[in-house]
Amino acid sequence: MDRAETAGRIAALLEPFNKKGIALTDNTTFAGDLEWDSLTVMDFVAAIEDEFDIIISMNQQAEIETYGQLIDAVIKLKG
Amino acid sequence: MTQIAETAQPAADTTDTGGAYVDLFSKFDGLIEQRRALLSTGITDPFNLVMEKVVSPTVAICNGRETILLGTYNYMGMTFDPDVIAAGKLALDEFGSGTTGSRVLNGTYAGHRAVEDALREFYDMDHAMVFSTGYQANLGVISTMAGKGDYIVLDIDSHASIWDGCKMGDAEVVPFKHNDIDAMEKRLRRIPAGAGKLVVLEGVYSMLGDIAPLKEMIAVAKAHGAMVLVDEAHSMGFIGPNGRGVAEDQGVLDQVDFVIGTFSKSVGTVGGFCVSNHPKFEILRLVCRPYVFTASLPPSVVHTAATSIRKLMHAGDKRAHLWANSRTLHAGLIALGFKLGTETPQSAIISVIMPDLERGAMMWEALLHEGLYVNLARPPATPAGMTLLRCSLCAEHSADQVQTIIGMFERAGKAVGIIG
Repeated sequence: MDRAETAGRIAALLEPFNKKGIALTDNTTFAGDLEWDSLTVMDFVAAIEDEFDIIISMNQQAEIETYGQLIDAVIKLKG
Repeated sequence: MTQIAETAQPAADTTDTGGAYVDLFSKFDGLIEQRRALLSTGITDPFNLVMEKVVSPTVAICNGRETILLGTYNYMGMTFDPDVIAAGKLALDEFGSGTTGSRVLNGTYAGHRAVEDALREFYDMDHAMVFSTGYQANLGVISTMAGKGDYIVLDIDSHASIWDGCKMGDAEVVPFKHNDIDAMEKRLRRIPAGAGKLVVLEGVYSMLGDIAPLKEMIAVAKAHGAMVLVDEAHSMGFIGPNGRGVAEDQGVLDQVDFVIGTFSKSVGTVGGFCVSNHPKFEILRLVCRPYVFTASLPPSVVHTAATSIRKLMHAGDKRAHLWANSRTLHAGLIALGFKLGTETPQSAIISVIMPDLERGAMMWEALLHEGLYVNLARPPATPAGMTLLRCSLCAEHSADQVQTIIGMFERAGKAVGIIG
């Protein structure tokens, strides 16, 4: 999968959850920069899973702390 | 990014601290400060109440005052049943105060077998395995059954013991939105072919007192080849024609592979269990670490539990009275203008939603001064960051007591400004 295209689709899904309008870089963290709580994480993960038709288990989520890591994980999960 | 990560992260300090002392408790500073601020208002600590004397399943003495209990899990009021008490006393005399050993070594007495027999009869299932607590039953069964490469699909509002069972095992953990059948189906559909699948559900969710659409969810789980575990902790003895729980009530108990339950609610003592018809079930006794590596329940506990479970098989009148209590309290609180966790009474739990923790604590204290004990529940135990006053009814609450309770809620709610 093309990384830029994947990043674009993820950014579009992320926008409604980005309440403070934080500028996204590969190093933007979900817990720290975006200040998401567990419910926000669940809703966002569900949106990503539905968009790409993948499962991101909680075990995998634990390894994903940044926007960049998420893009790479999605590409890997799509195969 | 996960719930787990979120709760355990002080900012990582990457500077070289050499041999400097790091206080491992600094991660709790936020909670300590929140608690200090709350108690500095002079409010009674809602998490430090002592029952000085317990008069009956529905009344205790707290702070010297007679208090109606509306925040216990004593749904069927079995804690002072004369037959149950007598069984416990006899067991103390005949078998002593404790077993001092594991179920698989010296810790299985006649009473442990007797209570497992009672459970098999109660649920009409082939196998029953008793743990020292309900928490350990979930911890043990889930972590042992679902291993590396398997998938656990579970409701996001699952009890802490279910989450901890997931965390202790090696399976991939996939949560879905509370009671959302489509969300569950999507996740099951995406699991790689050939992987083992366990769907974990609860009959009654204890925070809001709502029930699961088990009939529909179990049908979806089975269509995807998953095994199904249902925690019926808050429904045993009360929901379903024989008190077997929500799955029985919805006519799908025969589709449930594993029922998890507890003795610390309707049964009226302490302990946990799993019942199943799985032909290989008994092997769990050798491989399930929270079963093996802990002491078994004391003889008095298993004898009280066995007696209580057998009486619950014939408790139709008590079940009917408890339902009447639940309906009366639910309607009464709605009429007063309180916001409740469910639109209809679905279980013996009625949750009153508070605007925030501070006013929740004020309301809790006002009710205590009225002579009523309820549970104050707050995050992380509650869903969506809610503060709840959780009321749980008992089959031994009289109709008069329920009316008294409604009057107490009215006075306290007006005094605190929760209702107009």
